Amino acid sequence: MTATTEVPAVERPVRSIAAARVDRPQPPSPLSASLTLGWRSVLKIRRIPEQLFDVTLQPVIFIVMFVYLFGGAVSGSTTEYLQFVLPGILVQTVVMASLYTGISLNTDIGKGIFDRFRSLPIWRPAALLGALLADGIRYVVAGVVCLGVGMAMGFRPDGNMLEVLAACLLVLVFAFSLSWIFAFLGLVMRSAGAVQGVSMLAMFPLTFASNVFVDPSTMPGWLRSWVDVNPVSQLVTAVRGLMAGAPDAGAIGWSLFGCAVLVAVFGPLTMRAYRRKA
Amino acid sequence: MTTLAIEAHGLVKTFGENRAVDGVDLAVRAGTVYGVLGPNGAGKTTTVRMLTTLLRPDGGSARVLGHDVVDDADQVRRLIGLTGQYASVDEDLTGTENLVLQSRLVGLSRSQSKRRAAELLESFDLTEAANRPVKHFSGGMRRRIDLAASIVVTPDVLFLDEPTTGLDPRSRGQVWDIVRGLVAGGTTVLLTTQYLDEADQLADRIAVIDRGTVIAEGTSADLKASVGRSSLHLRLADEAQRDLAERLVAQTLDTMPHRTPEAGVITAPVADPDLVADLMIRLRAEGVGIDEIGVQRPSLDEVFLALTGHAAEDDDTERTAA
Repeated sequence: MTATTEVPAVERPVRSIAAARVDRPQPPSPLSASLTLGWRSVLKIRRIPEQLFDVTLQPVIFIVMFVYLFGGAVSGSTTEYLQFVLPGILVQTVVMASLYTGISLNTDIGKGIFDRFRSLPIWRPAALLGALLADGIRYVVAGVVCLGVGMAMGFRPDGNMLEVLAACLLVLVFAFSLSWIFAFLGLVMRSAGAVQGVSMLAMFPLTFASNVFVDPSTMPGWLRSWVDVNPVSQLVTAVRGLMAGAPDAGAIGWSLFGCAVLVAVFGPLTMRAYRRKA
Repeated sequence: MTTLAIEAHGLVKTFGENRAVDGVDLAVRAGTVYGVLGPNGAGKTTTVRMLTTLLRPDGGSARVLGHDVVDDADQVRRLIGLTGQYASVDEDLTGTENLVLQSRLVGLSRSQSKRRAAELLESFDLTEAANRPVKHFSGGMRRRIDLAASIVVTPDVLFLDEPTTGLDPRSRGQVWDIVRGLVAGGTTVLLTTQYLDEADQLADRIAVIDRGTVIAEGTSADLKASVGRSSLHLRLADEAQRDLAERLVAQTLDTMPHRTPEAGVITAPVADPDLVADLMIRLRAEGVGIDEIGVQRPSLDEVFLALTGHAAEDDDTERTAA
């Protein structure tokens, strides 16, 4: 290597733009920063719509499959089973969708874009909140698809509009709370694959060992004792009650309590991991 | 006293047993380019991550424009720009979207952001790629979009972590030119590199870092001077005049010329490059024809070898976060 190095043709505009000073304005407000980062996630959904498969195609397959496969055996008729299982599949879909938070967070960190965000003078939790906000859109899509397919197949909620909306809202709040666990895993695990693996491991006992698909009364005692305390069961009971027009205050209360516990435990843990993240 | 844009005292960062950074001191004057030169795993990236508030030092302290990187991290973030070793823009978003995102995050309004994004894309020669996702960009384009994202507002101090690793010469030249433009605008630049000629080309001062410590510091000329003298390289037009030429070289430069295996080529150490002018006059006076003549300073490669006892590697080994 010689000391003489020729510099390729200078591009004048580059030099001048780089030299022209643009002064730094006041940093954005926490809300504005979070919304901007949420907007980023929405753009990504638009660019790669495949990432919505788990909240669009998957619930359709689940509803059709479970209703026609087990409907007759479990409830005597598919119509009856649909009435029972739809709120459950709605919950299951949204709960499963929430693990995506961890995977996308972990991917971001691996790609270095988080470093850039963290080197900016923005409110620290904005990147996390932005991602969580955008995930809300996925949950809404899941809810609409589930209800849409269900209604098309003959599901009829007995509750009024307000109660159905409240049911959906409750599911959203729960998913938002649960996604803190996955955000935490996303921050501390080494790879997106590992996040997915561990999350799925947690997901099966949460969603299948519950009252989503069947009435737990025929289950063995040990399983029932888990099913009864499983927060997903409480949520499903609450959602079923609301959609049937018979709100179960106890189940709603327990679900909200579960949400509060999740956020209270995993919120600070996640924020701590986030601040420490190298 | 000149103001220091960056000062670090005894920075330490350990990862388990590994002392990735082991007592780094730096002093970077405002408005200059400072090169941090070292092989893979020397601790360059870790140092930059501490200076940019991304990593908390385990020991020592550092200030950017007078603000402590730990206690006053928010203030530091308002002053710096960072382009990481891995191009840290969003691969799924387009060039425009990335720059608008970045502009919004530093606090520009929606319309200002759009304008600034268009302006930067235009001047970084990326207009055609404005609406393409970054993952389809070439290596040089990626690095440019990454740099553009770091300067949506002019940073007072810009950190560039291996800004040209893996780029072709033309793209490297473009990056260098952007850096020079920024410095002309008053920005202080700290850049890490494994490329010796890059430090030589851009940096006012260079710190050579190896195994987590600074092993030499100074201007590129200082570093070269610390290693050895320059050397004369003379190619004669006529091989037959070799003996005469060697005598003249010996007399004028007061050193022993080396005979090289190459026909008609004489080399000799030069203590004072000024004497070479005298030599040329004498060669002309004695009628010795010159085909080529030059004085070469030792390259930074030689500097690195002399300082570390091992050559600077710029191989393709995977870069780790160390």
